[in-house]
Order: sequence, then C-alpha cells, then structure tokens
Amino acid sequence: MRRYVIKRLAQAVGVLWAAYTVSFLVLDFLPGDPVSAMAGAGMDSGQTDPAQLAKLRHEYGFDKPVLVQYAEYLGRAVRGDFGDAVSTGRPVTSTLADALPQTLQLTGAALLLAVVLGGGLAVVATYTSRRWLRQLLLSLPPLGVSVPTFWVGLLLVEAFSFKLHWFPAFGNDGLRGLVLPALTLAVPTGAQVAQVLAKSLLTALDQAYVETARAKGADRWRVHLRHALRNASLPALTVVGLLVGQLIAGSVVVETVFSRDGLGRVTAAAVTTQDIPLVQGVVVFGALIFVATNLLVDLVYPLLDPRIVVASDRRAGFA
Amino acid sequence: MSQSLVDDQAEAALGLGRPVGDGSPAEPGRPAGIRRVLRFLIRRPGLLLSAVVLVLVVLAAFWPDLFTSQDPLKGVPSQNFRGPSGSHWFGTDELGRDVFSRVVHGAQLSLKATLIAVLVAFVVGGLLGVVAGFVGRWVDDVLMRFVDVLLSIPALFLSLALVTALGYGTVKVAVAVGIASVASFARVARAEVLRVRQAVFVEASRSCGARWYSVLGRHVLPNAAGPVIVLATLDFGSSILAVSALSFLGYGAPPPAPEWGTLISDGRNYLANAWWLTALPGLAIAATVLAANRIARALDGEWARQR
Repeated sequence: MRRYVIKRLAQAVGVLWAAYTVSFLVLDFLPGDPVSAMAGAGMDSGQTDPAQLAKLRHEYGFDKPVLVQYAEYLGRAVRGDFGDAVSTGRPVTSTLADALPQTLQLTGAALLLAVVLGGGLAVVATYTSRRWLRQLLLSLPPLGVSVPTFWVGLLLVEAFSFKLHWFPAFGNDGLRGLVLPALTLAVPTGAQVAQVLAKSLLTALDQAYVETARAKGADRWRVHLRHALRNASLPALTVVGLLVGQLIAGSVVVETVFSRDGLGRVTAAAVTTQDIPLVQGVVVFGALIFVATNLLVDLVYPLLDPRIVVASDRRAGFA
Repeated sequence: MSQSLVDDQAEAALGLGRPVGDGSPAEPGRPAGIRRVLRFLIRRPGLLLSAVVLVLVVLAAFWPDLFTSQDPLKGVPSQNFRGPSGSHWFGTDELGRDVFSRVVHGAQLSLKATLIAVLVAFVVGGLLGVVAGFVGRWVDDVLMRFVDVLLSIPALFLSLALVTALGYGTVKVAVAVGIASVASFARVARAEVLRVRQAVFVEASRSCGARWYSVLGRHVLPNAAGPVIVLATLDFGSSILAVSALSFLGYGAPPPAPEWGTLISDGRNYLANAWWLTALPGLAIAATVLAANRIARALDGEWARQR
C-alpha cells in the first residue's frame, strides 16, 4: 500500500510538472511577444516605449534563451512562486489563494447537488416500474448535458430573482446567494453523474447476485440500494473524480453570470487583460485539482470494493 | 462525456468494423438501404426531429436568406424591445434589430467555429493517436504521456490559456476549443489502431510484403476510422457549447457580429425587461446541441445494433 501511494504521488508530481511545461509552451512561447502584450495590459494606454519594453523584457527574463527562462520559472514555481500578476502587481499565488474560498464553496455545493440530484435521479429511474416515469427521468440527463451553462444560469436568475424575488441575482452574500449559482453549475455535472450511474445500475441489476438476493427474499428496495447501488457506484465515482476539474473550470462561466467573486472571475479578468503569469497559475492549479481528486478517488476505491487489490499497478479503465 | 463512448466502444467498433463483410450484399439493392434508413428514422421520431433541426441549422449557416430577409446588423431604433410576434419571431433588441435574423445569421459564425474546432481536434488528435498506435514503443509512451497531461488540465482552462496566447476572434476561439479536445481523439484513435493492427488481415497483408504505408492507408485507417468519426459527432455538440461559452465570456467575434454566445451576453443586460433576448438564442443553441448529441448517440451503437 505504501509503495503504491508513493508511486502514485510521484506520478502526480510528474503530471503537474508536465502541465506547467505545457502552460509555459502555450503562454510564454507561442505568441510573438508576451512583453508587448503585458505592456499594453499593464500600462494605461497603448503607448509602448521601446526602452521601457526592453526594461520589462529584462525584468521578466525574456531576453534570455528560452531554456534558461524555463529553468528559472520552473525553479520558482516549485517553490510556489508563479511571479506577480501583471495587472495588479500582487503575487499570483496569493491572488489565487484569496479567490479560492469563494470558489470552493460554490464548487463544493455544486458537487453535492450534482451527486444528490444526479444520483437520486438514476436510482429512482432504475427502480421505478412505471415506464413513463422511467423514460421521463432518463430523458433529463441528455438534456442536461446539451444546454449551455450560462443560459441555464440566466434563466434561473430571470425566474427566481426577477420574477419571484426568492434569491439574489448576483453577489456573494451567504447561503441564499449560493443557491442559484450552485444549481447552475450542478446541471451538466449532475447530468453526467446520472447517465453513468443509471447505466451501471442497469448493468448491475442484470447480475446473478441480484437475482440471488431477490430469491432469498430480500425486498426490492434493499436489493437496489445495498447490492446493486454499491456495485454500480464505482464507475460513477470515477466520473465524479474526472468532473471536479470541470466544475472548477465551470466557475469561470458561472461566476461571470452571477457576478460572484472567486477564482473564475479572476481567471476571466486575467484572460481579458492577457495577464500571462496569472493564467499560468490558474492552469497549473486546475491540473493540481484534477490530479489530487483522482489520487483521492484511487485511494478510496479499495475501501469501497475490497476486490480491487492495490498492488496491481495497471487497472483497466482510465484511472 | 467520453465516458459513454468508452463504454460503448466495443459495441460501436463491432458495428462499424463490419462493413467489409456487410456492405457487399447490400450493394445491388441500393433502394433497400434507403428504405432501411427511413424505417430506422421513422421508428425514432426524436432522431428524425434531430436530423431536421441539424439540416435547418446548416441551411441557416450557408443560406441565411432562406429564413429571414431582415438585416441582422441594422435595426429600427423606434421598434426596440418588441416582444416575440408575427413580424419579429424572436422579438427585437435594444437597437431594434430583429433577434431571429441575428440568430439565423449567427449560425454561420457559430457553425464555422464549431466545424473548425472539431476538425482541429480530429486531425491533430487523430494524427497523434495513429502515430502512437502504429509506431508503438517509446513514441507511443511519449505521445500518450503528453495526452495524459492535456487531459489533466480542465478543458476550459486549456482553451482560456490558448485564447490568452492567440488573442480574440472566432477562428482563434475555435482553434482553442479544438486543441482542448485533442486528447480524447488521440486516445480513441490509438485504441482503434491498436485493435485493427492485430487483426489477421493486417498480418496477412504484411506477410504478403505490403509496405507500411499501404498497410496503414489500405487496411488500418479505414477500419479504425469508425469510432473516431462517432467521437467527432459527439464532439460537435460539446464544441458548440464550448465555443458559445467562450464567446459569451467575450472572447469571440467583436460586437456587431451576431455569434450565438455573444447574443446571449448582450441580452444579459436587459434580462429584467426583455426575456426573449437571452431565452430564445439560448434555445437555438440548446436545440442544436441536443440534436447533434442525439444523432451521435444513434451512430454510436443504436444503428449497428438494430439489424
């Protein structure tokens, strides 16, 4: 077990390093001249004085060979220093850390809603013996993955803020302000959870052990929850692990729609002002979240399903 | 999203890998094939409707004048904020422009962006996957580790980083969205190439002395293409969403252009008094994505399973 964990941690660090490298290639290397973009963003107007450009270029180390730049940046990034945000001059790390709690609240609430609503939908749809109800419920997830998130958010604001005045339309205040954004963010995620869980529940219900349990006289609901759901929840767990990164990224759209402060708003602003260090920090942070949740899911797996032996390092599927 | 595809892959591959043995007997009776398609569609009214919606969107993208004669850019200021009616199906916006006409003309930009995105993902991802699967060994390892890294960065963040680097505009947004879904294409293409490469007929052609490029072009690629094409149809829907999200955030075409996402972000300012400015263009996006996803689902297994 310990060797497995150490190995997975090493893999995670490798992925993070590679993600940093990809973001370096995309952001610092791909465009012709990041410095003039930064100068245009950081200064008031477009007047770019060549002497100042040269100074900036020296400050950021762009006058050095690419490999030297990369090594220097990487060395700093390892210590958690992603440089200063161009637009504010504050360190990237603390800018992100300040914005994070709001976004974690939002994504946490959305994840909870997605799992409860999506999972509930899948359980009820596979349990009910009413054909129309099953078809109605199973037609919702494909709908959920097809609607634009920002549109759902705006419709919710329209209905529940402007018409009914139940919830505030924007801002970060309290639990009431969290309801609509979290619901919006939960729609695509919940739909995907529901799709995967419903599918694996149907597969599980076809298995012999379900028939055995029923033959032994266990009632249907108990078989559904204790036997089928427990076995069917593993693929859904994998999907949840993959979707957490998507949720964090989705906060860019949802926080813009609801004018909430948080990581997403910071990201959107950073892209608008071409704040390269900040965008880079966000990309690496996204990869960190992805890697961390998948590591967590993999470690939780053996607890849920004792048949999974940790020692086998290559499992089927896309862990 | 690729989850369902991975699950269905075996089935889809079975169905789509079959035409070699299956297409030839159907060849003489071509009307029978058409009849079969029709029967398949009629039994699935939702699928038929999806096909109709998609055809309408494509028509709107290429010949917007078929649907509306009103100018999408010029409005009648005195007729602003009119609700949906017979003369303005989707109402008018703050400058008195006809929203239906803007949605119809916007189809061109949005569909173009989506097609570019899918094409970029298909070509780049397919190439990575085919090279990795066909060459194998360390090339496979290096390319697939790279793909793993791409997968670890949330798609929207990757697109945003690319937009930061490339700049704004419909085409740039499209490329950014396409690159963000390269990874799943590479994975599916590689898996298919690996599967086909081990087939007996590939071994046979090798042993007959065929060169590697003719094995690849004649045998491997045609038989590996099916699932990748299914993925492309699936990716079409999610690319529409991604492109419209980026243009909603303001990184798409500059203001007067009626891109679908831009239309909704414009309408957002008048949410309290003009619901149709956001609700109806969004409905157009949702209908298109829903239709594309339904068709992808039909291609992904249903069609092969029903015979």
